[in-house]
Amino acid sequence: MTDNMIYTNKLTKCFGDNLAVDRLSLEIPAGEVFGLLGPNGAGKTTTIRMLSALIGPTSGEARVGGYDVTQDGYMVRKSVGILTETPGLYNQLSAERNLSFFAKLYEVADIPAQVEKYLRMLGLWDRRHEEVGTFSKGMRQKLAIARALLHEPKILYLDEPTSGLDPQASRIVREFIAGLRQEGRTIIICTHNLSEADRLCDRVAVFRSKLLALDTPTNLRRQIFGRMVVFHLTEAQPGLAEVVGGVDFVQKAEIVENKLVITLDDPEAQNPTLVKLLVEHGAEIRFVGELRRSLEDVYLHLVNAPMAEEREED
Amino acid sequence: MDKIREIIKKEWSEVFKNRLVLGSVILMPLVFTIMPLVILRGMQSGADVEMADMASGLPDNFSLMCEGLSSAACGQFFVLLQFLSLFLLMPMMIPVTIASYSIVGEKNTRTLEPVLATPITTLELLLGKALAGVIPALTITWFSYGVFVMGTSMIATDKALVGAILSPIWLIAIFVISALLSVAGVSLSIMISSRVNDPRAAEQLSSLVVIPLLAVFMGQSFGFIQFDLTLVVWAAFGMLLLDVVLMYFAIQLFQRETILTRWK
Ligand SMILES: Nc1ncnc2c1ncn2[C@@H]1O[C@H](COP(=O)(O)OP(=O)(O)OP(=O)(O)O)[C@@H](O)[C@H]1O
Ligand SMILES: [Mg+2]
Repeated sequence: MTDNMIYTNKLTKCFGDNLAVDRLSLEIPAGEVFGLLGPNGAGKTTTIRMLSALIGPTSGEARVGGYDVTQDGYMVRKSVGILTETPGLYNQLSAERNLSFFAKLYEVADIPAQVEKYLRMLGLWDRRHEEVGTFSKGMRQKLAIARALLHEPKILYLDEPTSGLDPQASRIVREFIAGLRQEGRTIIICTHNLSEADRLCDRVAVFRSKLLALDTPTNLRRQIFGRMVVFHLTEAQPGLAEVVGGVDFVQKAEIVENKLVITLDDPEAQNPTLVKLLVEHGAEIRFVGELRRSLEDVYLHLVNAPMAEEREED
Repeated sequence: MDKIREIIKKEWSEVFKNRLVLGSVILMPLVFTIMPLVILRGMQSGADVEMADMASGLPDNFSLMCEGLSSAACGQFFVLLQFLSLFLLMPMMIPVTIASYSIVGEKNTRTLEPVLATPITTLELLLGKALAGVIPALTITWFSYGVFVMGTSMIATDKALVGAILSPIWLIAIFVISALLSVAGVSLSIMISSRVNDPRAAEQLSSLVVIPLLAVFMGQSFGFIQFDLTLVVWAAFGMLLLDVVLMYFAIQLFQRETILTRWK
């Protein structure tokens, strides 16, 4: 708990009867990029709001940067930068004025320098005098990201940073986030873009009110689907699946068209045995590869599975 | 303190870009100051006999206030007194307009969440918003009153009239009651803005706050109510009490969690 930048214990939020966040316990060490994944209404934004001391938990506790969110809201807000779900900028004011206003509220010492730094970093310097109302969605999003960073927070929350952006703008934002990670900031990203989470996040939590799974994207894939190796064959004889399936370390073997798909734990150590076995049985191996499940598969598996359970309970 | 000043500055640079707001903030004092002076000017050139006639037609108890004034000046004083009510509309209407536009505007641009996420206290934010309306309102009211007094002293032939509009009743009304009225206007605007998503609707609903004020002045001009010092002092205390109640509810509504979860 002491080393964690963010620590929550059975953090819960109810809106009336609606249990938006249910006993969420997380430990996020300094410097980690942490992904919060979950369907619409899962409680991601609510969690971020609790961790920014914007709304109070119904029960449970949370410490952010060493400060308790209920008792030390002021210090929590001071140490945290937040990109809210909607950018929330003053349309009638210029980009520069928007930032200088928030810089003042964040008690930034050298406001012009910080404002210039981030306007330049996000490519908005040339348009600093223009009213934000005339900006495109992508520019607004960038400006909102700049705002979150003005006070150089150690902790950053990004609620759907690339939603609604075109591929190029998304990429710029993603690369920018990757750069922030280099600076050693602790970052929580809420996103529906799973390949983005896969690329950016050290660990991801899949959650729908309750925590469903939490691990590195690679481990999640492995835990849920195991590791899979695909042998591309010239011709797959029907008996091969049974032959390979009989090997003790093989969890599953099936033939799909001309491919033999094998689930096992340790392909690096176990592949040579399989190759030998297949060759002995007359198979011609053209190509061997690992089947990588996307994080999307993992996500859908996790999010859909408990729904089935709930249905059974009814 | 710095943060409050920054909020006020931001409110002004934003809200005064709105022509509707700017118009009402400039037009109201202009009309309310110039109109009575023009009328006074007209009455000055009218025959004294007419004025005396008019004075005799005034509500009975009004003549009590005319002590030391010629009957012509008394008639003029009566007319000027009607404008006192308009003067007290300003400190109420200006903050209502500014606060309605600024709060509903922030709701619509969804800027309240990022503002509340900064290390600002809700009290600082509330004070910034309230002062952004109250400061211009009182500045304008007091300045207009200054112009009004100067204009009267230049136009009026009976200088006792100037003394009459500088009486304690007027001074309390302009300097104390108007401040209390503007606080009431702001508090009510905050409450209404939390529920309404159209700034004009918020402004109009909040403007209903002037109805009791108008009732008092109607009563006054028909002679049902007579302004004397005691009454004005009591009115000030009443307003103070009302302010405390309105402010209490406004502060209750102006909590981080309430704003984010219950303001729709
Ligand atoms: N102010 C509120 N009042 C009542 N219920 C709320 C409020 N805010 C959120 N909720 C409820 O809490 C649940 C979680 O909402 P939340 O916005 O945190 O979801 P989310 O994971 O951010 O969803 P999305 O992916 O759509 O952004 C939802 O069921 C929502 O209806
Ligand atoms: Mg959300």
